[in-house]
Amino acid sequence: MSKITEAFSNGKAFIAFLTAGDPSKEKTIEFILAMEEAGADIIEIGIPFSDPIAEGPVIQNANTRALSHGIHTDDIFDLVRDVRSKSNVPLAFLTYINPVFYYGYEKFFKKCKEVGVNGIIIPDLPYEEKEEVVAIAAKYDVDLISLIAPTSDDRIKMIAKTSKGFIYLVSSMGVTGIRSEIKTDLEDIIGEIRKVTNVPVAVGFGINTPEQSKNIAKVADGVIVGSAIVKIIEKYGDNATPYIKEYVATMKEATRI
Amino acid sequence: MNKGRYGMYGGQYIPETLMNELLNLEKQHNFYKNDFEFKKKLQTLLNVYAGRPSLLYYAGRMTEDLGGAKIYLKREDLNHTGSHKINNVLGQVLLAKKMGKTRVIAETGAGQHGVATATAAAFLGMECEIFMGEEDTKRQALNVYRMELLGAKVNPVYSGTKTLKDAVNETMREWTTRVHDTHYVLGSVMGPHPFPMIVRDFQSVISEEIKGQLFEIEGRLPNAVVACVGGGSNAIGSFYNFIDDMEVKLVGCEAGGEGIDTEYHAASLTKGEVGIFHGMKSYFCQGNYGQIAPVYSISAGLDYPGIGPEHAYLHDMKRAEYVPITDREAVEGFEYLAKQEGIICAIESAHAIAQAMKMAKTMDKEDIIVVCLSGRGDKDAESIQKYKLAKSNNNSNNYNTNNNSNNTNANTDNSYDGGI
Repeated sequence: MSKITEAFSNGKAFIAFLTAGDPSKEKTIEFILAMEEAGADIIEIGIPFSDPIAEGPVIQNANTRALSHGIHTDDIFDLVRDVRSKSNVPLAFLTYINPVFYYGYEKFFKKCKEVGVNGIIIPDLPYEEKEEVVAIAAKYDVDLISLIAPTSDDRIKMIAKTSKGFIYLVSSMGVTGIRSEIKTDLEDIIGEIRKVTNVPVAVGFGINTPEQSKNIAKVADGVIVGSAIVKIIEKYGDNATPYIKEYVATMKEATRI
Repeated sequence: MNKGRYGMYGGQYIPETLMNELLNLEKQHNFYKNDFEFKKKLQTLLNVYAGRPSLLYYAGRMTEDLGGAKIYLKREDLNHTGSHKINNVLGQVLLAKKMGKTRVIAETGAGQHGVATATAAAFLGMECEIFMGEEDTKRQALNVYRMELLGAKVNPVYSGTKTLKDAVNETMREWTTRVHDTHYVLGSVMGPHPFPMIVRDFQSVISEEIKGQLFEIEGRLPNAVVACVGGGSNAIGSFYNFIDDMEVKLVGCEAGGEGIDTEYHAASLTKGEVGIFHGMKSYFCQGNYGQIAPVYSISAGLDYPGIGPEHAYLHDMKRAEYVPITDREAVEGFEYLAKQEGIICAIESAHAIAQAMKMAKTMDKEDIIVVCLSGRGDKDAESIQKYKLAKSNNNSNNYNTNNNSNNTNANTDNSYDGGI
């Protein structure tokens, strides 16, 4: 069992996202450790990209802030190495295909293994295109995490069958960001997934309240929260640690049914 | 990874939310492009509404003055709405209607693709929303009004560099929010498969007509076909039916801006590197670590950091040649064509004119060059006047994409969206 999948073995997993370098490399390390301490089971680290087409305004702005401070892929590998020297928490990157392609697939995934990244989510790499990285990622023990959307329909089984680590179930149409309501019939989609695989299913996009966290945890194996955390970072900047900690602890607690 | 590829380029690098929609779009397009009724309807619209076939005009004075190859101009500028954009837009909006969509969305740089989409939407009774960088909405207030007049809602885009690339990002985001009733009318031969194929299919009417018209006049093929390239839709339209005629030289003109040795250009093939962005693998202007670079051109329509995947392939195969044309050369071409032939062309198309001026002199009098005049230039007259003024007042080179000062706002003022 991979380190990412293992994170689902103690009840429902809480997966927390932040953008690397927002507001700084040092603070990103501090925030990651704080989130782990508060109960996050997996940390998703966003490698900022100039044009993040799957993101709503909150994470777009975090990308812009991080890039304006000059952070780049090698800095982020250093940052992860630092986190790894202090923590064993499973780590996954979230980024777009171009920064990975530009770095070089072989070199990128080799580096992931070297510094201790366990998984990767690439929103603009659908099933049809994943062939070009899947073998290389596997070679370096990095789980290439598949996304399933409310519109996936007849594609659900095909995607689920070859999934690794966990399945990222997109809760709603559109881009990332806080939503007051999740309308998609998640149980139905999870039922379809369950017919072909036991890989854990975590739900993301729009989740921000403990109530939502609790409701998702009832039907899925994990809850993914991004924009709500990034918003706290946006608001409190360098001083965000206690607020992030409190928020993550509350959200994690809500998953314990 | 086999679908929608041109060699290694193209593909469908797009969020899962859109995949079923793209697969369906491909299926529907493949069906309707061979459907007699659909083809008849589109052809009728192209004839009676858009004004096709467009003229193939022999530029006699220009030819004589340059003293070399004969120059013919394919007058896409005479189409309804003033550019080749209408060819693709009528096809896509008609297809969207067949697919049961009631709403169309589109990106636009300075407004021409937006105006064409709003036009087709009005004419075919669809709801329409256009996404346009905030910078461009300010500089193109008139085009914003034209779109609104046509019944479209114009959404300013505040993200990123607030220009065309960001307008594409935002239109894609909007599409993921609402695919069930909405079709994204992509404006160029770019984006995820099947868009590069669909847009090329609808634009290939340009080379189909050139071939027939030139055969009627000259009884033969041209020696060269020249077109400007942003995303590359008028170029692929002009090249497509000549790709197998190996004796026909195909030349695409990229935006060289202030020069390809400066940072102010949009020459994706000349200076860019292979990357994956906006759904496709192709060449892009990018910075370190694969961040997409801000680009610059005097022409808003060529001011895009990438190029369609089929062009990337034609480039690698050496079937087509891509050359950078600077702002200065394009402005010279713009003025030259006005004075020699009495035609004010778009600043985008002027890049192709500038290249034809260079080539004609080196060719024989029996040789023939066809230049695609992709759009008309009324919208550029004011900005070129400003550009000239800025150049004569201030011999500086500090042009910048987002700079809106008096010296530099000439770069995209009133330009049309010829590239994408």
